[in-house]
Amino acid sequence: MTVAVFTFYFFAITTVTGGLMTVLSRNPVHSVLWLILAFLSSAGLFVLLGAEFVAMLLIIVYVGAVAVLFLFVVMMLDVDFAELKAEMSKYMPLALLIGAVILMQLGMALGVWSFAETSGENLAAPIGETQNTAALGLLIYDKYIILFQLAGLILLVAMIGAIVLTLRHRVDIKRQNVMQQMHRDPAKAMELKDMKPGQGL
Amino acid sequence: MVDFFTNTNLGIILVILGQCLLVLIPLLVALAFLMYADRKVWAAVQMRKGPNVVGPFGLLQSFADFLKYIVKEIIVPAGADKVVFFLAPMIAFVLAVISWAVIPFNDGWVISDINVAILYVFAISSLEVYGVIMGGWASNSKYPFLGSLRSAAQMISYEVSIGLIIIGVIISTGSMNFGDIVAAQDGNAGLFNWYWVAHFPMLFLFFISALAETNRPPFDLPEAESELVAGFQVEYSSTPFLLFMIGELMAVVLMCALLTLLFFGGWLSPIPGLPDGIFWMILKMAAAFFMFAMVKAITPRYRYDQLMRIGWKVFLPLSLFWVVLVSFLAKYEVLGGFWARWTMGV
Repeated sequence: MTVAVFTFYFFAITTVTGGLMTVLSRNPVHSVLWLILAFLSSAGLFVLLGAEFVAMLLIIVYVGAVAVLFLFVVMMLDVDFAELKAEMSKYMPLALLIGAVILMQLGMALGVWSFAETSGENLAAPIGETQNTAALGLLIYDKYIILFQLAGLILLVAMIGAIVLTLRHRVDIKRQNVMQQMHRDPAKAMELKDMKPGQGL
Repeated sequence: MVDFFTNTNLGIILVILGQCLLVLIPLLVALAFLMYADRKVWAAVQMRKGPNVVGPFGLLQSFADFLKYIVKEIIVPAGADKVVFFLAPMIAFVLAVISWAVIPFNDGWVISDINVAILYVFAISSLEVYGVIMGGWASNSKYPFLGSLRSAAQMISYEVSIGLIIIGVIISTGSMNFGDIVAAQDGNAGLFNWYWVAHFPMLFLFFISALAETNRPPFDLPEAESELVAGFQVEYSSTPFLLFMIGELMAVVLMCALLTLLFFGGWLSPIPGLPDGIFWMILKMAAAFFMFAMVKAITPRYRYDQLMRIGWKVFLPLSLFWVVLVSFLAKYEVLGGFWARWTMGV
């Protein structure tokens, strides 16, 4: 067994285990942690394919940011498991139906799957001269610049939309004015009084 | 014999293992003395003596602390999620260690010379938040939970500006490999060729973001002892606590190494003519660590909303503006390619 094959099976098994345990584990926080394991193992698979840039981005974006927010929300959830289990039987037929449809689709896709005899030798990608990062940069920022910018614009619109939907201006609360706070000085904020003993102010 | 170490799987694994130990053991020993230096600087600023009992000048204090930690009793709080509770410090420690795989100490002195090295370090440092979050959640206690929530928000916020600052350096170099980044800072002008001149304002932003990213004072809100006792570490004792502490300090030293490599020319000598070498790297890292220690001693803690405001409303726009500016400066090769080192053929 070569190192590449061993590494492939290692990461493949951990990815599948992580995915499976995400669904099966009872504690939602454990689910997210298993999901993170699945992400990390698939990043390992990407490295094995020679897509090191994508692998690092997967870790930075999904594990470093998205999954942290996931965990953030899930940690604060107060889930009643007994209630969830009672509801589960109600939705079981629908879930089974969806599962069967997806399984059928996967079966059909795999039924017509064909690959070259030599592809088995390419489990670990050959290391070439051009670097992935440079190649990706040329594609995204030169060839498909308009499409890329459009995608960015759509995301910007979505972001502005989310802000507009949640922004509320409340007038009945006290707010902090940072500039005002920074420009306070003791001379204006305090008044020093000379007190004579035995007398009040 | 040479053939065994370069051609067989077992031989290669043994060589890599040896390299790892060669980096890890000096690093851990250095960490013990850095911890001592940190406390001594802190004490000197406050006109105290600091640790001065164990060994000459208290030099062996960290080793005494180490022994104390490992022989103490491990306490698991009632209702804690045991697996996650012990997983958290291990994750914190392991993640702090594995970043060093791509950090070079001299020209070519690196365990793994990969082309996306800087992204790798960035990815690992973005994972470091998990040790804190998991530790805080698994403790099943209020203060740790608050600490972990704070840390999650804080580390995500400051990662963004660190990422943008790093992008500026990558644009100037045209590579994400640390060896290339340091080589791009080489030139006839010695220390004025380094990126601290070319990326001057970002030096301060990076330093402050690094403080926030590693939960150092004045941004140590996740463990703020006056409000949260010790934040996510409240319920930890003995070896798990030690792992957290080593991981945290190692992340600080990693940030010193990054600061050295990105802005201060790594192992290059500041004066042209003097030989380059590992001692420059170590000297610069020690100087950076001294700055970290001084900041800890002389600054009061930030308020949490101020921390968030400075991250999102000051650092993010500034670093984003800098990326755009550097892109233009590099594209039009201003000052003969001062911001586009790849055009100068180094």
